[in-house]
Amino acid sequence: MTTQTASPKLDSKCPSGPLDSQWSRHKFDLKLVNPANRRKFHVLVVGTGLAGASAAASLAELGYRVSAFCIHGSPRRAHSIAAQGGINAAKNYQNDGDSVQRLFYDTIKGGDFRARESNVHRLAEISTAIIDHCVALGVPFAREYGGTLANRSFGGAQVSRTFYARGQTGQQLLIGAYSAMMRQVGLKRCALLANREMLELVVVDGIARGIICRNLLTGELERHAADAVLLCTGGYGNAFYLSTNAKASNVTAAWRAHRRGALFANPCFTQIHPTCIPVSGSHQSKLTLMSESLRNDGRVWVPAKKGDTRAAADIPESERDYYLERKYPSYGNLAPRDISSRAAKQQCDEGRGVGATRMAVYLDFRDAIERVGAEAVRQKYGNLFQMYEKITGEDPYSVPMRIYPAVHYTMGGLWVDYNLESTVPGLFVLGEANFSDHGANRLGASALMQGLADGYFIIPATVASHLAGRKLGPVDSAHPAFAEAEAAARARLDQMLAVRGRRSADSFHRELGQILWDRCGMARNQRGLESAIQDIRKLREHFWHELSVPGEGRGLNQSLEYAGRVADFLEFAELMAADAAHRQESCGGHFREEYQTSDGEAQRDDERFCYVAAWEYQGTGKAETLHRESLSFQSVKLSQRSYK
Amino acid sequence: MSANDHGHSSAHGMRLTLNVWRQAGPGLPGAFKTYHLHDVSPDMSFLEMLDVLNERLLQSGEEPVAFDHDCREGICGSCGFMIDGQAHGMDSQTTVCQLHMRRFSDGASLHLEPFRANAFPLVKDLVVDRSAFDRIIGAGGYISVNTGSAPDGNAQPIPKEAADLAMDAAACIGCGACVASCPNGAAMLFVGAKTSHLGLLPQGRSEQDSRVLAMVAQMDQEGFGNCSNHFECEAACPKGISVENIARLNRDWLMARLRDRGATASAQGTG
Repeated sequence: MTTQTASPKLDSKCPSGPLDSQWSRHKFDLKLVNPANRRKFHVLVVGTGLAGASAAASLAELGYRVSAFCIHGSPRRAHSIAAQGGINAAKNYQNDGDSVQRLFYDTIKGGDFRARESNVHRLAEISTAIIDHCVALGVPFAREYGGTLANRSFGGAQVSRTFYARGQTGQQLLIGAYSAMMRQVGLKRCALLANREMLELVVVDGIARGIICRNLLTGELERHAADAVLLCTGGYGNAFYLSTNAKASNVTAAWRAHRRGALFANPCFTQIHPTCIPVSGSHQSKLTLMSESLRNDGRVWVPAKKGDTRAAADIPESERDYYLERKYPSYGNLAPRDISSRAAKQQCDEGRGVGATRMAVYLDFRDAIERVGAEAVRQKYGNLFQMYEKITGEDPYSVPMRIYPAVHYTMGGLWVDYNLESTVPGLFVLGEANFSDHGANRLGASALMQGLADGYFIIPATVASHLAGRKLGPVDSAHPAFAEAEAAARARLDQMLAVRGRRSADSFHRELGQILWDRCGMARNQRGLESAIQDIRKLREHFWHELSVPGEGRGLNQSLEYAGRVADFLEFAELMAADAAHRQESCGGHFREEYQTSDGEAQRDDERFCYVAAWEYQGTGKAETLHRESLSFQSVKLSQRSYK
Repeated sequence: MSANDHGHSSAHGMRLTLNVWRQAGPGLPGAFKTYHLHDVSPDMSFLEMLDVLNERLLQSGEEPVAFDHDCREGICGSCGFMIDGQAHGMDSQTTVCQLHMRRFSDGASLHLEPFRANAFPLVKDLVVDRSAFDRIIGAGGYISVNTGSAPDGNAQPIPKEAADLAMDAAACIGCGACVASCPNGAAMLFVGAKTSHLGLLPQGRSEQDSRVLAMVAQMDQEGFGNCSNHFECEAACPKGISVENIARLNRDWLMARLRDRGATASAQGTG
């Protein structure tokens, strides 16, 4: 057993026995649905990013009736498309000592020992099949001159196991999954419902049986009944307002499911990515990532002297502090994200920041350009350099990039068992929307791997067990549970339109983001978190009295859509802060100032906090109930994480 | 100080006059409406400038300008409209979300209108419906392989040159600037990019004929025009997709028609 259950609500269903045979034995134990019966089952897939598109495609291929929903005009717009650097897989094509065991270990350690061994081992096993399938789908991965697949290195690993398609790996993987799904749409095995936003989960007799969604073009509310619901709706990083997430990324679908009984796990585990383009002004609407892959060739430094305002070129080598290389010699610039981010914050807080705002560090390609030439650097990172220049107006070939950490990914999410099923039977959660595999910190190039593992390979096996194993009576959208859920969704929309106050949803969102960034961001402490909770509650009050949403509920109303998402962030944020306050230890991306080692590293408390915190909703503004799923480790020895 | 609040206010605020196409919905009358903005920061992206306009409209009780956007880093393909008649504005290989105000001069007057094409019906203001692109992909823009049946990723070496060319074509973000810029409202660059991406790879070769025929048939059905070599599409494309892909599409289509006489006969209704 790798996982014990401390709460009767949390049966992880992790298989027993040796890790490396758990998944295959589990698959054998799962029930199957005979091919002729599959068309009798209808599965709703909400969200069409990597997890959703791959799940919709794979389930439709198997013969299930699938309906796929996306909030964009086209499924290809999902935010997975923005992932730049790559996808990990334990292929060991480089002969550098990689293996399933090593990818498993790196991921568990990278997550600071707060993920389930069983899940992570399965992820590492499946990683190799993902690459094979993506190649078959026509993903144009980078290749060597001999025609074999190329790899590069990413943070937190000492092997090269990251597959990539220039700086657009997420785009190419998403287009692969999207095209596989569109093939099923063209064959009429999958219905595509674009411009739809899920507003409620419908639960009948304790089982998820459908959703209420809003048609964003007409404003109509729609009822969709089915035999299973898959949430593939991404993470909640936009709670911080400024993040690298796309503007439409939101917590609404997950939060609505949470209010209907799905437990929310580890919401305080958020990832602050070390290499983003710094904020330039108060107009800033989002932040842009510069791929971690740049740290393969770029060197991070700050002036050794505090308050040094000289231009980078005027600072001699002896007066530069390559602080990552100094502090973490064996990983250097490829130290994991949480560690690199905190190190950058520390340098800036101590007065060694660079640029006009002093809230940035250098990522310098001078040495790489001298070593291999500007053209070779352009080949590898050309599109990233171009993006940087467009945004900042500076040429990174001649002056070092300025970077600063920004909110990027959320490891927390809806709690799921080994089958990816939430605490609401029939509701499955895939990709970033679940909490399952990254513990307290995700390693670079692992999000794409997890989204596709969930969608292509795990859910086809596990959803069958639900469909075949439970008595699913016929339910149609005339059931009273649909009427109740639709009325709830409508009341909330009407309420937002009825406030007719003077403040935009955007202004509330910015204020919420500021509270979270200051007190629930890269460094947290008890007092700050407690005051944040009070301020979030006040802000939520103001929202419902001062909000201004122009227009009406019919037709396209982007202000109304956005206000609904902000309303849910305002509820969710309180849970995030409460979770951070309760976890009195530092681990991964969750850094509590009270709990650090003498040299400023995260100090875990395995005695008290070696568990998944899963929260149960009790009503808006009421404290949620904590359920603990304790984590135990059979193959990995818990240790102070060291990248020195 | 935190990353959220340390913004320095711009020393040189720009003044702008925006003439924006306002149309409440499909089939309703539309017209340009003029707005004046002061104190636009040169560091803003074009969409952040529109955010400022929308915040002001909201304060004055007017409905904000609807426009599509999402990632704001030039990759999702959501954004796009015409600025003074040019798709995504005047900068080459730049989506409108990546266009920054420092590229405009103080006091400029700009006209913003939606992408206009037969196959892109207007939704509202600057938003158009580009779902025709998805239907074209659904007609054949894929490789028919089911999950679970793939051989090892290195089983079939692919020359780097072919992989690079395929990647060049695959970089298309499906924004529709090519269609909006074409005097014929053609989608040949979009379709050619997809058929090239898949057809240049050995794993995509086996169904290239049926793919090209099906995608072109769907393209015609959606009401897109055809290429007459203006090459405005390449000039407008924010990802620099080359018109070579149109040439490759034409060649592939011709060869497919010659090889697939059965399909030709049924398509033409002749023997």
